[in-house]
Amino acid sequence: MATSPANGLPRWEADPILIVEHLFMRFGGLIAVNDLSFKVGRGDITALIGPNGAGKTTVFNCITGFYKPSEGRLILAHGRAPTPEEIAEVTRIGERSLVGREAGVFLLERMPDYLVSGGAKVARTFQNIRLFTGMTVLENLMVAQHNALMAASGYSLKGLFGLPGWTRAQKAATAKAEYWLDKVGLTDRADDPAGDLPYGAQRRLEIARAMCSEPILLCLDEPAAGLNPRESLELNTLLRAIRAEHGTSILLIEHDMSVVMEISDHVVVLDYGTKISDGTPEAVKNDPRVIAAYLGVDEDAVEEVEAELKLDTNPTGAGA
Amino acid sequence: MEIFVQQLINGLTLGSIYGLIAIGYTMVFGIIGMVNFAHGDVFMVSAFIALICFLLVTTVMGITSIFLALAIVLVVAMVFTSLLNWAIERVAYRPLRGSFRLAPMISAIGMSIFLANFVQVTQGPRNKPIPPMITDVIVLMDNGSYQVTLAWKQVIIMVITAALLGGFWYLVQKTSLGRAQRACEQDRKMAALLGINVDHTISLTFVIGAALAAVAGTLYLMYYGVANFADGFVPGVKAFTAAVLGGIGSLPGAVLGGLLIGLIETFWSAYFSIEYKDVAAFSILAITLIFMPQGLLGRPEVEKV
Amino acid sequence: MAVQTADTAPPAAANPVLGPAFKDALIVGLIALGLFGPLIGFETVIIDGALGLAYRPSLLAIMVGIIFFGRLLLNVTLWSPNRKPSTHTGPTLFDRAGTVMGPGVKPALLAFAVLFPAIAIFSLGGLNESRYLIDLGILILTYVMLGWGLNIVVGLAGLLDLGYVAFYAVGAYTYALLATSAPINDFFAGLFGATFWANWAFWICLPMAGIFAGVWGMILGFPVLRLRGDYLAIVTLAFGEIIRLVLINWVDFTNGGAGIASIPRATFFGIPFNAGPDGFAALFGLPFSPMHRIVFLYFVILALALLTAFVTVRLRRLPVGRAWEALREDEIACRSLGINTTTTKLSAFATGAMFGGFAGCFFAVRAGFVSPESFTFDVSAMILAIVVLGGMGSQIGVAVAAAVMMGGMEMLRNLGFLKQIFGNDFDPSLYRMLIFGFAMVAIMVWKPRGLVSTRDPTIFLKERKAVSGDLVKEGHG
Repeated sequence: MATSPANGLPRWEADPILIVEHLFMRFGGLIAVNDLSFKVGRGDITALIGPNGAGKTTVFNCITGFYKPSEGRLILAHGRAPTPEEIAEVTRIGERSLVGREAGVFLLERMPDYLVSGGAKVARTFQNIRLFTGMTVLENLMVAQHNALMAASGYSLKGLFGLPGWTRAQKAATAKAEYWLDKVGLTDRADDPAGDLPYGAQRRLEIARAMCSEPILLCLDEPAAGLNPRESLELNTLLRAIRAEHGTSILLIEHDMSVVMEISDHVVVLDYGTKISDGTPEAVKNDPRVIAAYLGVDEDAVEEVEAELKLDTNPTGAGA
Repeated sequence: MEIFVQQLINGLTLGSIYGLIAIGYTMVFGIIGMVNFAHGDVFMVSAFIALICFLLVTTVMGITSIFLALAIVLVVAMVFTSLLNWAIERVAYRPLRGSFRLAPMISAIGMSIFLANFVQVTQGPRNKPIPPMITDVIVLMDNGSYQVTLAWKQVIIMVITAALLGGFWYLVQKTSLGRAQRACEQDRKMAALLGINVDHTISLTFVIGAALAAVAGTLYLMYYGVANFADGFVPGVKAFTAAVLGGIGSLPGAVLGGLLIGLIETFWSAYFSIEYKDVAAFSILAITLIFMPQGLLGRPEVEKV
Repeated sequence: MAVQTADTAPPAAANPVLGPAFKDALIVGLIALGLFGPLIGFETVIIDGALGLAYRPSLLAIMVGIIFFGRLLLNVTLWSPNRKPSTHTGPTLFDRAGTVMGPGVKPALLAFAVLFPAIAIFSLGGLNESRYLIDLGILILTYVMLGWGLNIVVGLAGLLDLGYVAFYAVGAYTYALLATSAPINDFFAGLFGATFWANWAFWICLPMAGIFAGVWGMILGFPVLRLRGDYLAIVTLAFGEIIRLVLINWVDFTNGGAGIASIPRATFFGIPFNAGPDGFAALFGLPFSPMHRIVFLYFVILALALLTAFVTVRLRRLPVGRAWEALREDEIACRSLGINTTTTKLSAFATGAMFGGFAGCFFAVRAGFVSPESFTFDVSAMILAIVVLGGMGSQIGVAVAAAVMMGGMEMLRNLGFLKQIFGNDFDPSLYRMLIFGFAMVAIMVWKPRGLVSTRDPTIFLKERKAVSGDLVKEGHG
């Protein structure tokens, strides 16, 4: 899955959808992200992991436009991997993006948050769920299709008079919402307020809502947090289905190692804002620096650590 | 040059009064995150209490020493205004704590309207003038045609303001009350878990704010020699502007902001147009909030995602 | 002034109610004495040019007595520790009225509003006799419309606007200035005849007033929409005051505090309401009555208010309306879904302002006179109070709140019989704002979420279920 047969390179090298280059984020004197570079493969499920306070959510906020990075370049590629010339060109001309017929290059660090989602098609969820609690489940999914519906309603003019073009668009949007409700198993609760749903259902609804905005890259901030094992399993199935049926690439932050190791094709490990490991789940979980970072021990104690972590496919350690 | 110095003195005097009112805004905002809309009217009520007390002391009790009279008026105004603000918090704001966010603000607007009209109904709509007191001035400069004077009452205002601020600063920084107050500002729930009586602390904040407003009200009455029921709203908004300009939540900021607003207003009136002096103050409020919402001495807010 | 003190009495079987109740009432009475003592006990009066004091001990005693005995009574009855606490929770009567009875209530209210002039005329036995009631109806409908307009901004988009009166003023002055402008009059006089502008000014200016106010909404809104709730409220308040101060001080343009008088009256689509041969009465073969114009104005404001309601209901079901409500719920989530929050907020601000402008234009044509005095902060506070009392976002709640508030204020104006109790110096209209302010506080304490707190969803798959008010957020930006 993770390697492209053409040239033996892993897919995140051969066909990246997102390239993070030398990302820095400073808050006053604090450096939250320090010279971080990594790539996310098209069609991959990529996990961004690291101990608490490693700067994962900050990276997410930079990618999705909520923070403006202090330095660095965030390249999002539509269609195919961009050539270095294309990247250089869009960087030089100072535009936010360069979109051709079958490919597009977006520089996310130049875009405000709503354009990252609306234009570059990067959707996200939040660590502390952010649903529109006072609106119904269905309404949540309709809001997610705002930009498409706004155009269809003729910026409200057509909609105000109930013209047929708008009615059709509204029907199509409802159908899409129903599709996603079915996908996340919330059809029965479509007319209930989102705030009334149990926690696990709220997490699924947030993912469905993000998917309703038709992203090419879906960023999930701790999607399994607070889920019970069964829900966690359902989440894995859902994410795999999203990738398989919609071709959406997924970037997720997760603490639950069973989820990470189970579904990801590619893992990037952060600690203190820098990357300490990057590779397949196999490679990463055997990386002594990762283990040390997670438990805060010397590399000498790795073996002991592995026993505790129950990650021991290779008892002698030192895989990477 | 002479005019400039004179305006500087006048501006600092006015600014001291604004600063005293601004502290009430900034403390309440700091501790419960609400704009206490009624604070300007509390200030106005305090001026009336001072007025009534002054008349009682001078005409009925026959005290002739102006300084003794002033001291009595100051204390009485502080006591009664504190009681008023304590009751306002109890009746209009405390039941709404933890309710939805607009509720206390709207309640405060209602309270502001109530106070202004209560004074109008009980004391009448007309201006209430008192004879000028402490009319002595110190002539600082004299170029023959224009005298720069420093009135004794201006000195009194600045000295009282400075002394109170010093005491107040000590209270907030060094005493356990101040510590409790700062803890409640940071995290009310945690403070309560640590055994701080949050209700009590908030009540005290209102009481202190009112006491300072009462000082401002007394000094205002002494300086301008007049009280009117409608005099709460505009000074209130200006003091709020001062609190915002200085950085809301910051005590030195409130004083700095008050002085700046006082100076801007006096210079604007002297050099541009007196008609538009309130427009100038309101514009500063808008401009500050739009371009520098953290104010001069406030901490910038980072949006949490 | 009910000051709630902690109930220390344990809920034992035979509680000594009277003792603690008396003690508590005594404390509250003493506090009341402290609060009222200076301002009620003494009155500053000007005697022979100098300020002196008059004493009102009896009034003070009455006030403190009322509070003492009121508190005592409450302590013994409603707040008695022996009384079982009310367990009633769930939707209130009004909530149910808003949802379950909704389908029936709305047409009934609408029918009443349409038939109101006829009812008034028949029940009071004549056109002229009904003038007062119809005028009151016009006033209430004006505030219903203003409430609905502000409801878009505050109730739907969750943006606290304390300067809404500015747009009302912009609408009113747009009409007043354009309609009384001599150059425009001369221009049209040359084209269509001398009376053209006087007869048509209102109908031409009405849309312009709305557009102007909307544009002003955008101009004022653009810089401030990044601000969070309280700051936004204060800045909008400042803008409202700036506009009023400019109206007062820019005498060349607005005639300052004296205002603009003799503004052309409303016409029946170009036909003036006068006794002349081309007037409304003559053309329709009716005996002339000045009431024709008043009744017509009633229907104009009714139509304008219904237009506001119709547009709002429609917009709520469009993406822009859903985006407004989503913005109120969670601005950050909106941004993560590609919604441009600045333009969305601006559209809410401009739409609300536009309806304020319409209402302002109507105000000018009804009164025939505008001055800055009509556009004080109190009006903004009143409209906001209507929106909040109605329940933010609820159309029917706002309409009921407007009727209750404005009707109540009007009633206070007419409490003439109180003069017999309090003597001839007693002027009940003085107490209007006093009671209004007190009512605002009381309503907030009693029902912070207003009469109708449930939210009606804009779309549903199977069943329309009202959303409980506890889940609906009030906005933070």
